[in-house]
Amino acid sequence: MATSYQLKRADFIFKNENDWEQVLGKILSQNPQDLINELISSELKGRGGAGFPTGLKWKVAAEQPSDTKYVICNADEGEPGTFKDREILQRVPYKVLTAMVACAHVIGAREGFIYLRNEYWFLRNELEKVIDEFEYYCKEINLEFKIKVFMGSGAYICGEETALFESMEGKRGEPRNKPPYPTTWGYLGKPTVINNVETLAHTYTIFKYGAKKFYDLGVQYSRGTKLFSVSGDTPKPGIYELELGMSLQDFVYEFGDGDTKAVQVGGASGFLVPRKKFADTAIGYQGKLTGISLPTGGSMMLFNSSRSMYNVLDNYLEFFREESCGQCTPCRVGCQQLLIGIKAVKRAEKPASYLDKLLRLTETMQYTAKCGLGQSVANSFSSIVENFREEMIY
Amino acid sequence: MTTKKINISINGFPAQVKPGITILDAASDNGIIIPTLCYHKDLCVAGNCRVCVVEVAGQKRLSAACATPCEEGMEILTNSLKVRNSRKHIIELLLSEHNADCTKCYRNGNCELQELASEYKIMTQDFIELLPYKTYSVDMYSPSIIKDDSKCIRCQRCVRTCAELQGVNALTVAHKGDHMKISTFMEKAMNAVVCTNCGQCINHCPTGALVEKNYIEEVWEAIANPSKHVVVQTAPAVRIGLGEELGFEPGSRNTGKMVSALKRLGFDSVLDTDFTADLTIIEEGTELLTRLKKALVDKDADVKLPMATSCSPGWIKYIEHMYPEYLDNLSTCKSPQQMFGALVKTYYAKARNLEPDKIVSVSIMPCTAKKFEANRPEMFDSGYRDVDYVLTTRELAIMIKQAGINFKALEESKFDRLMGESTGAGVIFGATGGVMEAALRTAYEIVTGREVPFKNLEIAPVRGMEGVREASIKIENPKPEWKFLDGVELKCAVAHGLVNAKTVMDSVKKGTASYHFIEIMACPGGCLGGGGQPIPTSPEIRQKRAEAIYAEDSHMQIRKSHENPEVQKLYRDFLKEPLGEISHKLLHTKYLPRERF
Ligand SMILES: Cc1cc2nc3c(=O)[nH]c(=O)nc-3n(C[C@H](O)[C@H](O)[C@H](O)COP(=O)(O)O)c2cc1C
Ligand code: SF4
Ligand code: SF4
Ligand code: SF4
Ligand code: SF4
Ligand code: FES
Repeated sequence: MATSYQLKRADFIFKNENDWEQVLGKILSQNPQDLINELISSELKGRGGAGFPTGLKWKVAAEQPSDTKYVICNADEGEPGTFKDREILQRVPYKVLTAMVACAHVIGAREGFIYLRNEYWFLRNELEKVIDEFEYYCKEINLEFKIKVFMGSGAYICGEETALFESMEGKRGEPRNKPPYPTTWGYLGKPTVINNVETLAHTYTIFKYGAKKFYDLGVQYSRGTKLFSVSGDTPKPGIYELELGMSLQDFVYEFGDGDTKAVQVGGASGFLVPRKKFADTAIGYQGKLTGISLPTGGSMMLFNSSRSMYNVLDNYLEFFREESCGQCTPCRVGCQQLLIGIKAVKRAEKPASYLDKLLRLTETMQYTAKCGLGQSVANSFSSIVENFREEMIY
Repeated sequence: MTTKKINISINGFPAQVKPGITILDAASDNGIIIPTLCYHKDLCVAGNCRVCVVEVAGQKRLSAACATPCEEGMEILTNSLKVRNSRKHIIELLLSEHNADCTKCYRNGNCELQELASEYKIMTQDFIELLPYKTYSVDMYSPSIIKDDSKCIRCQRCVRTCAELQGVNALTVAHKGDHMKISTFMEKAMNAVVCTNCGQCINHCPTGALVEKNYIEEVWEAIANPSKHVVVQTAPAVRIGLGEELGFEPGSRNTGKMVSALKRLGFDSVLDTDFTADLTIIEEGTELLTRLKKALVDKDADVKLPMATSCSPGWIKYIEHMYPEYLDNLSTCKSPQQMFGALVKTYYAKARNLEPDKIVSVSIMPCTAKKFEANRPEMFDSGYRDVDYVLTTRELAIMIKQAGINFKALEESKFDRLMGESTGAGVIFGATGGVMEAALRTAYEIVTGREVPFKNLEIAPVRGMEGVREASIKIENPKPEWKFLDGVELKCAVAHGLVNAKTVMDSVKKGTASYHFIEIMACPGGCLGGGGQPIPTSPEIRQKRAEAIYAEDSHMQIRKSHENPEVQKLYRDFLKEPLGEISHKLLHTKYLPRERF
C-alpha cells in the first residue's frame, strides 16, 4: 500500500523573489564540494523523467579532468501533456539561469546552452535579455561563463539527452549508445551536465533555503515538490506544484470531474492507472518500500468514462511510431507492429490472444531498445492492455 | 607496456580480457560468436540493429554487445532464454518489414539477414507483414548501383561507409519513425548525386538493398552470338579475389584457373588489363617527366603539379565533384580498362583482321565505378563504345557457377595473345601504392638508366595499408638528357579510400604539401578492396589480398612495365611513341566539373 498522504500544495518554483543576485552571490562564495553536498543531501532527482539524482550528476561531471565542460538546460519539453517548463522559462527564467551559473561554478564549465523547443520560439527574446543580465553579472565578477539559446527543430526524440547533443552538433538527432554517459562524454564529447528546466529551478530553492527545507517536503525516496501539468477530463486544468508522494486517489479527488476512469501518469511514455488502482498508487520515484510508485515528468492526464482506452492507446502508439528516431529495430518496427496489431485485433483480423504476443514484444522492446523512447513504450501499452483488455477487443 | 586484464565471465566460464574491449570482441576472443548486423569491422559502432544483445547479470535490460565495454566482474550471458527470445523477436521484426523474397534476390545465398533467419529457424511470420503499408521504389538510374529500399534493414552501414571511408556523404538517413530510410540529397536518384559509384556501400551492405547493376545476361547473349567476337580483359585484382567466391580462402592466387574458366565460358579471346596497366605506366610516366621538364626547365607556369593518377574512375568522379579546380592536375591518361577498350577496337581489330563493330569488349573488374566509366561520353574514341560491358568479380563468379564449372578442379591456362602479356608492375596496380611503385620502377630507370634503388624492386615506403603514405626518391646521376633532374627529390603521396584522398587534396590546396606525383585509389586497399570484389571485406581480408598481389609480382619474370615485349611491339607497330598522336586520340582524355550534391 502506498503511504496515505494528503495532497499538499506548495509554492516555491513560481514565487517571484527577485533576489537572484543575492542568491547567486551566496552560491558563488561557497566551494563546489559544499554545493554538491547540499544538493546530494536534498535528494533532488531529475524532473525530466528519468529521476537521476542531480547532486550525483554534478559530482561526476565535477570530477572529470577535462578542461572543457558544458552545462545544458533541457527545454525541449516534448512529452505530450507537459507544459510546465514553458511556464518556468516565462515566469522565473532567472532561477534557471542562476542554477546554470551555479552548475558552471561547480563543475568548471565556461559555456552553457538552453536547448529550446522550437515551438517555444516566442520565449527566446525575453530569455536572451535575461541571459544578457547574467552574462553582465558574470563579467563584473570575473566569472567566465556564456549562455546561448539553441533552437530545437521539432523532433520529440531530441529531448533525449544524447540525441539532443547530436542535434546540437549539427547531426541527425539519434540517441547514442550508453555508456558513456553525458557526465563523461556529452556535447562535443566533453563532460556535460544536462538538466531539465524544472530540476534547475528546484536547485534555486535548495541553494537559497538550504537542502533541509526541500528534503522535509515529500516522502522517502521522493523528496521535495514537483510541478504537475494537469490536463484531460478535469474542471481545473493547469500547472500545480505539489509535494511528491501523494496517492493518486487524493490527486483524483482534487482534480477529477467525479467520473474519472483512469489517469495517465507521465505522458505517452508513462503508465495508465485504472480507477481500481488509484488508492494503491503513489506519485513519486520508485523506492524499495513504497509499493506501486510512479515517476513522472509531470504530465497527469485524466480520462472519464466517456473515453475509449483503445483510442487512447491508438493515439499514443501513433505518436511513438512517428516520433521514434527510427534507427533501432525494436523501436522502429516494434511501434509499427503494436499499432497495426491493436487495429487488427480490434477488427477481429487477429485473435485476442495476439495481444499477448504484442505484450511479449513490448517486453523485448523494453529490454533491447537503444534509448528511453523505445524502452518505455511498454509502459503505456501494457498498462492499458492489461487493465482494459476488453476495450481493445470489442 | 602491459595493461592489466580484467576478469569477466561469459556463459559461466571465466575469462580474462583487455580493459575497454567490447563484449562482442571479448566473446569472439573466447570462441563465442554473437550475431551482428549493423556492426562492421571497417566502420564505427552504430548499435542500432540490436541483434547482438546479451544479458549482463544484475541488469534488467539487455546490452548491445558491439557497443558495450566489458567491466571488471561482468557476468555475461550470450545465449540465455531472455537473449534468445529477444533476438528472435528482433529478427522477426526485421523480416516483417522486409521484402523477404529471397529467391528473387541478388544476395540470395550471401546475405547476413538470410543467414540469421536461417540460424534462428524463423519458419513462420507471426507479426503482420508491413510491406503492404509502405511504398518502396527501386532506384535503377545509376549505371553501377541498384538501390532497393524494400530490402533495406536500416543498419546504416552504407551511410557510415560513404561518410567514414569515402568522405562522400552521398547517402544519408532521411525521415524518422516508420518513414526512416536511407536516401540521398533531396531524395534524388543515385546517378544525380555526388555518388562516385565506388560500390563500397554495396560491399558493406549486409543485404540485397544495394547491389551492382549486373550485365550477366547481356554477356551470355554476346557469347552465344556467332557473329560476334567477344574479347574479355581481366583487371589485376580480380585474379586474387575471385577465389573467395568459389571456395578458396582470401589471398588465394587463381590467375591460371581464372583464365581457364573464361575460356570455358566461351570468350573468344581472354586478355589481360595488366597489359594496358603497363601501357599506362609508359604514357603516364612520360607525362610526369614531361610535366617536370616544363616546370623545372621551361618554367612554364601553366603546368600543373602535383600530377595525380587517373586510373580509378571513383576518384575521377570524386575530384570532378569535390575539387574541380584541380582537374588539370589529373594525368590525362585513361584508365587501363579504357585504354584497353580503345585498343581492342582499333589495334587489336586490325591485327586480327576483325570488323570493330563485330567485337564485343567485356571487362572483368573489381569495381563498380568502371561500369559508369565505360558509359561515359569520353569513352567512345575508337569510334565505337570502347568497352561494351563491365562485370564485377562477383558477376564473373556467378557466370562460372552458372556454367557448372568446377573451378577448384580447373587446370591453369595462359592469357591469349595480342594484349595478354603483362609484368609484375602491371599486377601491382591492384594494390594501393602499386601504380606509384610501377611508375617509379620505370621512370627512375628511364631517367638514370639504373633500376630503382630498392631490394628486389620492392619500393617498401609506398606499400602498406596506412591511409596516406608519403615517399620521396632522390635522383642522382641522371642520363644527360635528364640532367635537370639531378639532385631533385621526387616527392610522392599515396592515398586509398576517398576520405584519405580528401586529406591529400586538402593539404595540396592549403599548400602544405609539395608533392610531384600522387596516386589515389577510391577504394580502401586499392582495387583489391574494390566495390565489385567478393563480400565480405575487412582489413584482414584486404591484407591477405594485398599479400597475394605482391606474391604475383614477385613470381613474374618481367617486373617493369617498359620491358613488356607486347607493349614495346605496340609502340613499334601502332602508337609509334608515348604521348604521340595516336596515343592522344585513343588513350588520353579530359574531364569536366560536376555539381556538388
Ligand atoms: C524520448 C525522450 C524524450 C525526452 N524528452 C525530454 C524533454 O523534453 N525534456 C527533458 O528535460 N528531458 C527529456 N528527456 C530526458 C532526458 O534524456 C534527460 O534524462 C534529462 O534531460 C535529464 O535531466 P534531469 O536529470 O534534470 O531530469 C527525454 C528522454 C527521452 C528518452
Ligand atoms: S529506441 Fe526508438 S527513439 Fe530510441 S534510438 Fe531506438 S529507434 Fe530511436
Ligand atoms: S536481402 Fe537477404 S533476406 Fe532479403 S530477400 Fe535478399 S537474400 Fe533474402
Ligand atoms: S542499404 Fe544496406 S547497408 Fe544501407 S542501411 Fe540498408 S541494409 Fe544497411
Ligand atoms: S558508391 Fe561509393 S560514393 Fe556512391 S553511395 Fe556508395 S559508398 Fe557512397
Ligand atoms: S550489431 Fe550490435 S547493435 Fe547491431
